Amino acid sequence: MSFAGSVAEMLGRAPRRPKKYTEAAEIAHGRKRGRGMDVTRLLEEIASTAHPHTWRWRRWAVLLSINFLFTLSYWFDIQVLEGSMTASRLLGFHLADPYSSALVALAERRLPVNLMIGAVTVSLVWGLIGGRSYCSWVCPYHFVAEQAERLHLWLAARGIVRDHLLHRGVRTVLWVGFAVLAGWTGHTLFLTLNPIGILSRAIIYGPGLAILWVLLLLLFEVVYSRRAWCRYACPVGLTYGLLGAKAPVRVSYDLVRCAHEGECRKVCEVPHVLEMTIKGRAPDVKMDVGPDCTRCGMCVDVCPTESLRFEVKGLGDLL
Amino acid sequence: MAKQAGEPKKRRRRRLSRKQEQRRQILRAAVVAVGLWALQPLAALASRLLPARKRLRPPGALPERAFLGACIKCGQCVQVCPVQAPKLADLGDGLGTGSPYLDPRMQACDFSCDALSCILACPTEALSHVVQTKEEVRAGFARLARPEACLARRGKAFQGRARGRDFPGVLRYAEIDRWHAMPVRDHPYDRDPCDLCVLQCPIGSTALALVPLTDEAGAPTGRFTPEVRAGCVGCGVCEMICPTEPAAIVVDARARPQAELLPSAPRPPRSGHGRASAAPEHRP
Repeated sequence: MSFAGSVAEMLGRAPRRPKKYTEAAEIAHGRKRGRGMDVTRLLEEIASTAHPHTWRWRRWAVLLSINFLFTLSYWFDIQVLEGSMTASRLLGFHLADPYSSALVALAERRLPVNLMIGAVTVSLVWGLIGGRSYCSWVCPYHFVAEQAERLHLWLAARGIVRDHLLHRGVRTVLWVGFAVLAGWTGHTLFLTLNPIGILSRAIIYGPGLAILWVLLLLLFEVVYSRRAWCRYACPVGLTYGLLGAKAPVRVSYDLVRCAHEGECRKVCEVPHVLEMTIKGRAPDVKMDVGPDCTRCGMCVDVCPTESLRFEVKGLGDLL
Repeated sequence: MAKQAGEPKKRRRRRLSRKQEQRRQILRAAVVAVGLWALQPLAALASRLLPARKRLRPPGALPERAFLGACIKCGQCVQVCPVQAPKLADLGDGLGTGSPYLDPRMQACDFSCDALSCILACPTEALSHVVQTKEEVRAGFARLARPEACLARRGKAFQGRARGRDFPGVLRYAEIDRWHAMPVRDHPYDRDPCDLCVLQCPIGSTALALVPLTDEAGAPTGRFTPEVRAGCVGCGVCEMICPTEPAAIVVDARARPQAELLPSAPRPPRSGHGRASAAPEHRP
């Protein structure tokens, strides 16, 4: 898929069937056609082997360490990482969330120097280590939403709740909308609603009533729409996705190995990026997963054939 | 009957065509987007009503509206403050949720950082870097709200802990420890007349002074009054340290000195409606 196409999909376009396949992909698809894949046996194998959840544990360790480093810095005044997720200083260097900074700049109609330094630094870092990696490796809301998602799936399996999909384009609309509101009214509505900021402040400075808003969002995700905030609303995530659209750290897909049993799409927060894992959809034998991918590694963990793996462009396989 | 009505509904859900499902997805998305944006007027209303309207902000804060827009709600001002005077506002503050404010009665800004650390820490300049010394701060303005309660005005002394043994607030007592603020409860006072507000004012006599009160004939009465002067920056130390309950002297957020207090303006004779002149005494 073209780069522009993958960005368009991140912004909300539905994934399309590829028009052209490479010769190698034609052959790979051809081999699988006709020859019955023994998917049943594979699925049984998957069910019998415990998932290692290697990447998930690594990720949670990193995520919790970063978030509690803020708390430690405040409680024990060790001055390592001060502030919260929207803006902070790491050993004195300014860091700032690019989208939040943009909103403030729009509301203020000026560019505070330290904020710009922070936002550019953060943009460069995530542009390198993979855009929405921020979401799954740092964002505290992602962590609690993952727990809510498990509850949702548990309830859904018992037929108590059902997932309602939203049009993914709404995230783009909100992304633009919050920015327009900030520039127009001078108020940053998003920073009031931002569950990342609320949670981060709660972890560092102690919780307040604002946590109710986060609980409301989680409740919505549990009973109505799986991972709704991260999938359909969060403009911070979309910003990191855009910044990291060319990031060298990514999950890569190997068509030849893939058995198309679809385990990866079941665990994925953004399953549209794994559209190529559907039988007959991959236009090439080796592909990169699109920019909306949060590099959470869930698909890498569950993939029984190791068709999905972390890769750093130019460095070969990471694992 | 009910069962019949229920069944086709279930079947219809399963048989949604691609187009129908897509239409529903767009509809849900639209509801969510409109719902989120509808919170803007709601939050704006909340920040205009209730206590949030008159929050005392940390030193250097831009005018309220600009401040709310500029604050990125990161809390760095809280972290650098040696006395942790700024608190972060909660949900009730609407658009101000997560923004810093001071509750001076609980913990005033005593400038014990000596450098306006909060302003230096603020990444968005919501606390404006234009303000460089504590004397330039204009957070609010002190006012003798309850002159009848003021111990000095009643000619009384004060002995003991200013705020009782449980009060958590801290203050820098430079003569004891230049670098660390200590709990107010650990620093008992013995002052006759009571002049705690004047004694602890970090700005000094340009902001607050104890002035003797005289009777009609101009003779001293043995009573005094704290006089708020144009140099008051609104740090709130006077409000925190005032031993009467509630405080006799308070800080009005974002208030500025009345014209009569400005040095350039001629001082008009005090009339009956002035707050401080509610008492029978007047100064010559």
